[in-house]
Amino acid sequence: MFRFFVRRVIGAAVILLIISAVTFFLFYAVPRDPARAFCGKICPPQNLELIRHNLGMDEPLFVQYLHWLGGIFTGRDLVQFGTCDAPCLGYSFATQEPVFSAIVDRFPVTLSVTAGAAVVILSFGVITGMIAAWQQGRPLDKIASTSSVIGASLQIYFVGPLLVFFIVDSMGLLPRPRYIPFTEDPVGWFVHLLIPWVVLSIIFTANYTRMTRSVMVEQLAEDYVRTARAKGMSSRTVFLRFAWRGAMIPIVTIFGVDLATLLGGAIITEQTFTLHGIGELAVRAVQNTDLPMLLGVTLVGAFAIVVLNIVVDVLYAVIDPRVRLT
Amino acid sequence: MTTVTWEREPAGPRGPGPFLSVRDLSVQFSTEDGVVHAVDRLSYDLEKGTTLGIVGESGSGKSVSTLTILGLHDPAVTKIGGEVWLEDRQLVGAPRAAMEKLRGDRIAMIFQDPLTSLSPYHTVGRQIGETYRKHKGASKREARDRAIEMLRRVGIPHAQTRVDDYPHQFSGGMRQRVMIAMALVCDPDLLIADEPTTALDVTVQAQILDLLKELQQQFGTSIILITHDLGVVARTAHDVLVMYAGRAIEQGGVREVLREPRHPYTWGLLGSMPRLDSNVDLPLLPVRGTPPSLLNPPPGCPFHPRCDYRDRVPGDMCETERPELSPASGHRDACYLTLAQKREIFDGQIKGRL
Repeated sequence: MFRFFVRRVIGAAVILLIISAVTFFLFYAVPRDPARAFCGKICPPQNLELIRHNLGMDEPLFVQYLHWLGGIFTGRDLVQFGTCDAPCLGYSFATQEPVFSAIVDRFPVTLSVTAGAAVVILSFGVITGMIAAWQQGRPLDKIASTSSVIGASLQIYFVGPLLVFFIVDSMGLLPRPRYIPFTEDPVGWFVHLLIPWVVLSIIFTANYTRMTRSVMVEQLAEDYVRTARAKGMSSRTVFLRFAWRGAMIPIVTIFGVDLATLLGGAIITEQTFTLHGIGELAVRAVQNTDLPMLLGVTLVGAFAIVVLNIVVDVLYAVIDPRVRLT
Repeated sequence: MTTVTWEREPAGPRGPGPFLSVRDLSVQFSTEDGVVHAVDRLSYDLEKGTTLGIVGESGSGKSVSTLTILGLHDPAVTKIGGEVWLEDRQLVGAPRAAMEKLRGDRIAMIFQDPLTSLSPYHTVGRQIGETYRKHKGASKREARDRAIEMLRRVGIPHAQTRVDDYPHQFSGGMRQRVMIAMALVCDPDLLIADEPTTALDVTVQAQILDLLKELQQQFGTSIILITHDLGVVARTAHDVLVMYAGRAIEQGGVREVLREPRHPYTWGLLGSMPRLDSNVDLPLLPVRGTPPSLLNPPPGCPFHPRCDYRDRVPGDMCETERPELSPASGHRDACYLTLAQKREIFDGQIKGRL
């Protein structure tokens, strides 16, 4: 188990390295010069050279990349912006703020949106799927299956404003979505984020309903489930202890894959409800050709996904004893 | 507490009969293609402490008929007719809760493939113990001790430590032993073994069969052994039931049926068995043709399209009218050939090839 874990962490580090390098070099494939943007409209060539030098952009690309990479572990001095302590992801070209602290500031927003949505997806989607499987072929199954098809065909930016209009504006049931730190006011945090959670989870929930239903139906036909029934286990025990245990593996697998999509969905959700999260940073960074910010956001996103995938792998081993050997 | 005494109630109005009695059992599945007649008016008895071997090709209704005893079919798509009596209790149509109490306690089942039939997610100790806890109300501690005892009884070395292992950590033969331990944990009166040795290699097969025999002698368990291997039947069974297309076509004591088989299909089954001492270049003789579709079973004798001796029966009885088992008891078979004809054909043509 320990060796498995160490192997996964090393693998994750390699993945992050590759992602950051690809982002870095791809950025320079775009024909836009950040130095020129700093220089202003009227820009004498010698100024441009100076800015280039100060940004460190007069060095070979590879060296620049190494500097950037080194900054994460040791911090670095940037002539243009001043010193930057480790972990240093540089300064934003657009707003001049340190990238790392900008991300740290926004992180709780994105985390809240994503985690809340994940909870809704897993609890609501999986439970309705299990009910559908339990009621296989009966009215409740048909209702759950049909509504999941409808849910799966909806879009965040369509459902979002619609829900706000009905629930907030017309009925006044919930306040307009915004971010309130959990540490300040947990109840406020909850009620203000409820609509974004529902909206972000709606597509996924539907998928999880369908998937849970189909894997449960599959599991219920397994030999070992039949054995459990032949032993006299009650239908509830068979359903919850045997079939559900087997169904967890595909669900956890798909959830691991969906994490990236969920993060992408969080960005759209943040935009839909003007929540100031990492999504907003990412969109702005792209619009402004803001390399340090773009790199920082990409790296943090990748980091989150890689870490969560390790968690998923550990979960595997917890669920399925056959995985524990490797 | 009332429930416990209720299970051991003395024989009711039916009076003392055979331990297990299956009467005119029919099982039909509705599928998208139509109704499958999986079992058609099957009857047999099983005495306490004896073994009945049910033989037949795949799809002949061997497993389906025994799953009915346990009530394991999905009632939504299955139509079951006839009666199954376990001592004085009718099991067909019994309430679900009553069947749950019976399963694993008085009637237990061993399945063919011990790898897929054991839960990969739970330790063998837990899987054995939970049956015991459910039916005997034992504590976790007692259930674990019982599991260890059972593992020891079926011959698993180091039972004390292996009890916490998962099925994938056992070899095929050991896994089947676990399966047997699980089935026997509550000392059932009836054990249904559905091809218990098919997935195992021959040496392990012999060990498992000996184990079953030994346990039967010790505890007086009745066993229904489903197999397509006549060698297994010869080795373990007291009575044999040969099934074809969901029907019994020959049944009787194991010696009579295997020494003087009467039904052409049984001849075919025996003829298709390989022998170690026969000439290697001699090809095996399979039963020609394929088993009939159970969606539209052929009229008359279900075996007639594949039967080599149809022209010896006068008229078109084979094609039109279903032969019943005769005589009423003892060694009987469902074929229109006269007993003299059967003897003559078997002694003259079949015996030499076996």
